[in-house]
Amino acid sequence: MIATLLQLALLFGGLSLIAFGGGAGTLPDMQRAAVDVHHWITAHEFLDLFAISRTTPGPGSMIVVLIGQSAAGVMGGAVAFLGMFGPSSVLAYVVGRFWHRAAHASWRALLEQALAPVAIGLTFASGLALMRGTEHGWPAYTITIAATLAFAFTRLHPVFLLAGGAVLSLLVGG
Amino acid sequence: MDSVPTQHRPSLAALFLGFVRIGMMSFGGGLTAWIRREVVLRRGWLDDQQFLSGYALSQLVPGASNVNLSVFIGAQLRGVPGALAAVAGLTAVPIAIVLTVGTIYLHAHTMPGSAAFSTALTGVGAVAIGLNLGTGIQLGRLHLHRIVPVAVTTIVALGIGVLGFRLLHVLAVMLPVSLLLAWLGRRQ
Repeated sequence: MIATLLQLALLFGGLSLIAFGGGAGTLPDMQRAAVDVHHWITAHEFLDLFAISRTTPGPGSMIVVLIGQSAAGVMGGAVAFLGMFGPSSVLAYVVGRFWHRAAHASWRALLEQALAPVAIGLTFASGLALMRGTEHGWPAYTITIAATLAFAFTRLHPVFLLAGGAVLSLLVGG
Repeated sequence: MDSVPTQHRPSLAALFLGFVRIGMMSFGGGLTAWIRREVVLRRGWLDDQQFLSGYALSQLVPGASNVNLSVFIGAQLRGVPGALAAVAGLTAVPIAIVLTVGTIYLHAHTMPGSAAFSTALTGVGAVAIGLNLGTGIQLGRLHLHRIVPVAVTTIVALGIGVLGFRLLHVLAVMLPVSLLLAWLGRRQ
């Protein structure tokens, strides 16, 4: 139990400090650690937890609470939460103090310019890695593509898309 | 960090409750839009320029960008206690919901009807993947207008998402490369 909590703290504490471009970029590494390395959950369960974390409001990285809970109960969820959000929040606070004073500095504009394409690449990578990591049939792939286009090019609220995905999946049988 | 006029400063309780509201309403990835709506439009705690500056920062710092943004906003309004109030408010309701649903899910494996639940969840998961990809398309259309950044985005996306390289390794290579390319682009 203590060993598992320690593994959770190290895993998410580490990911917290390299999660450039937001939490979604760490999903492939989370998947590898939780499924392949520590065997806390299966690849299919990972996608289910991801789905649950996306159907609930709040930060997308809430999946860490579910992974922690699967591995070591509510304590595991708490450790995973503090591990994932603690270190990066402290860093955000410290950097914020410098950031505010550098509103017109050229290095700040350069950093913003360099990080944008990397962050956007990480957004795509998380979606691609999740598709690769699960054995979906054509109905699920079709739903993913339709949802991608609907979200990117229409103003439909994500809640409608998520609900629509559930209904479609039940109709065609996953 | 003390550029906010005192009359607009919320109390810690107001800050906490404002972020509770944000945390409750943001389903499926629209969190940044909800934060702006509440903090800038409804409450007037920050103006758009302050908000966007914080948004850029929250993308630069590792970690969940919306949590970072909440830290930034809370700290700017009320220092360290403000940052804690904002993050606690943002995550309180989602944690309660996620733990409840998670507990149901962990038990549903052995309950009748779990097949239908699992099928529905597969559809939700397929849409959730689409939300990530769709966000990438939206951001790409806003920020990627030249071939060099598009190439950087593509390499990062395929390197991690398809070839399965680890995040840290890809960042160790691509962050310096992207920084160098941006610097060279400016010198021309």
